[in-house]
Amino acid sequence: MSTNKNYLKYPHRSLGMDHSLYKWSMLDDRPPIQWPNGKKLALWINISLQFFPLNQQNKPFPVPGGMTMPYPDLRHYTLRDYGNRIGIYRFFDALDKYGMQSSIAMNTLVAQRYPYLLNKVIERGHEIICHGDHMDALHYGGQPIEEEAALVQKSLNELRQLSGQPVKGWISPAKNESHNTPQLLAANGIEYFCDWVNDDMPYEFYTDKGVLIAMPLSTELEDKFILMNNLHSESSYKDQIIDACDFLIDEASTKGGRILALNLHPWLLGQPHRIQILDQVFEYLSSKKDIWSANPMEIVRVFKS
Amino acid sequence: MKQDLGLYDYWPYENRPKIRWPGGAKLAFWVAPNIEYYELDPPQNPFRTAWPQPIPAIPGYSIRDYGNRVGHVRQMQLLNKYGIRGSVSLSTALCDHHPEIIKQCRDLDWEFFSHGIYNTRYTYGMTEDQEHEMIRDSIESIFKHTNQKCAGYLAPALSHSELTLDLFAEVGTELFGNDAGIYTCDLFHDDQPTPIHLRSKKRFVSIPYSLEMNDTIAYVSNKIEPRRYGQILKDNFDQLYKEGDNSGTVMCIPTHNYQISCPHRMKSYEEALEYITGHSDVWVTTGREIAEYYLEHYYDDAVKDIAGKQECKS
Repeated sequence: MSTNKNYLKYPHRSLGMDHSLYKWSMLDDRPPIQWPNGKKLALWINISLQFFPLNQQNKPFPVPGGMTMPYPDLRHYTLRDYGNRIGIYRFFDALDKYGMQSSIAMNTLVAQRYPYLLNKVIERGHEIICHGDHMDALHYGGQPIEEEAALVQKSLNELRQLSGQPVKGWISPAKNESHNTPQLLAANGIEYFCDWVNDDMPYEFYTDKGVLIAMPLSTELEDKFILMNNLHSESSYKDQIIDACDFLIDEASTKGGRILALNLHPWLLGQPHRIQILDQVFEYLSSKKDIWSANPMEIVRVFKS
Repeated sequence: MKQDLGLYDYWPYENRPKIRWPGGAKLAFWVAPNIEYYELDPPQNPFRTAWPQPIPAIPGYSIRDYGNRVGHVRQMQLLNKYGIRGSVSLSTALCDHHPEIIKQCRDLDWEFFSHGIYNTRYTYGMTEDQEHEMIRDSIESIFKHTNQKCAGYLAPALSHSELTLDLFAEVGTELFGNDAGIYTCDLFHDDQPTPIHLRSKKRFVSIPYSLEMNDTIAYVSNKIEPRRYGQILKDNFDQLYKEGDNSGTVMCIPTHNYQISCPHRMKSYEEALEYITGHSDVWVTTGREIAEYYLEHYYDDAVKDIAGKQECKS
């Protein structure tokens, strides 16, 4: 087998990106952002409340963290569901102990299945982000646009109706998208989305249906990525957040406000043997006077102002 | 397919001719930032698929873009702080996409060497003419945008053919004589430079680049914790520095801005750079400078010594 004769043709080899979704821009070249009250680092904690269905379809791939055993894979199904029953309430206690805010990214099916939990989230005043319909409802290249449009619309409409919140933020399951996802989100009233991990700060993302704000929700610093993908220890997870926090505060001293974005999964860090690590992380972060505990919509507003 | 490409001879790590680097240094230290461009929608290669998900593969594409948007300046400023000039392993299409990055590196007198056109265009399945054309394009791009005659090569995404090193050396000669196409980073068989056999008989060396110290291998393949990676870098240095008493060694840290420049990895990297450059008798240099110094002072002795050791007399 050999490559075809077009293999050395480079149709997008020119200034900027190889697509027109956003402008090429180096963070270091942009004007500095000022956070409220002169804080250096916006701390954005996001908690992902996820439902992994037992009858996973794997279309077009098995969602990371999902079922891996023959049906019925009760071990993974129940271990994930643990987060919605037990882990999240440990998270609430930890947040309250240190006075931290957090957004909550929720599969719409979680809101439908667990009204008690949804109500708790609303009462506590968390900003709700739509995390798609459920973890196996993937958005992917090659998905028929009508099918995806219906999925986006249903997920958002039902979550908005149930929560009473406008729901302006979006995280795709597995942070996976089709070419159409951004424009479908814009067409359905989404203001910011968090799938692209190509920046440490918000930036404008262009679609045929308007401009979205891409919000930097780091995958590399996720509990799931560090503990489950990399198999690092809990204490290393803490070290990595401390090192990131210190580095970003230092960088912010000369280059303007930065964001430390922590995506947390209650089915993982909410386990009894891990919750103290979260407590220690919060303790460290809350000891830093340069930190602004912020909701994503507040960050978007400052970015747009 | 062949059992071995015959690129180098067996050469035991004892009783080799003694190397001393400029100023009597025991260890040549270089850092090779890979500055790469990955395409969102590359053409299909018959042997290797660029992305694990259907296009657009946002997770992989976007973190690599992070390296250019955010990470590059971080690492560049850090290297500059410790007096290190990067030897850039360059996806040369980046000259067209992101000329700002090229200019910043040029202003700091960094070296650029070829890492192909895009890191999503693999050598697998290319004809000899195609690979020749791809390499020529990359060397010409570097010259056009930096005025440098490309000395080194690291195949794009480490994808090789049987002829990769021959073609790189030959294209270098065609374009710039012996000023270009003089070293490769593709081989991991040694901790010192070694002469390489080419069909053209050109004087050409392998410069140690170290896959083990490569941040992407460490972080993605081996899943090493950041602070442990910093310790591994120091341990690697300590051993090579000690052995450098006997004969000069080479230590390389190959990096990627989408790995090393993440906020949670910068501290341990900085500590390692501070440690290494804080030692005396370390030649902080570039790939080209190591290759040229070796070719001028040690290549001929090495060839003789290697030839003498092909027969069994210990």
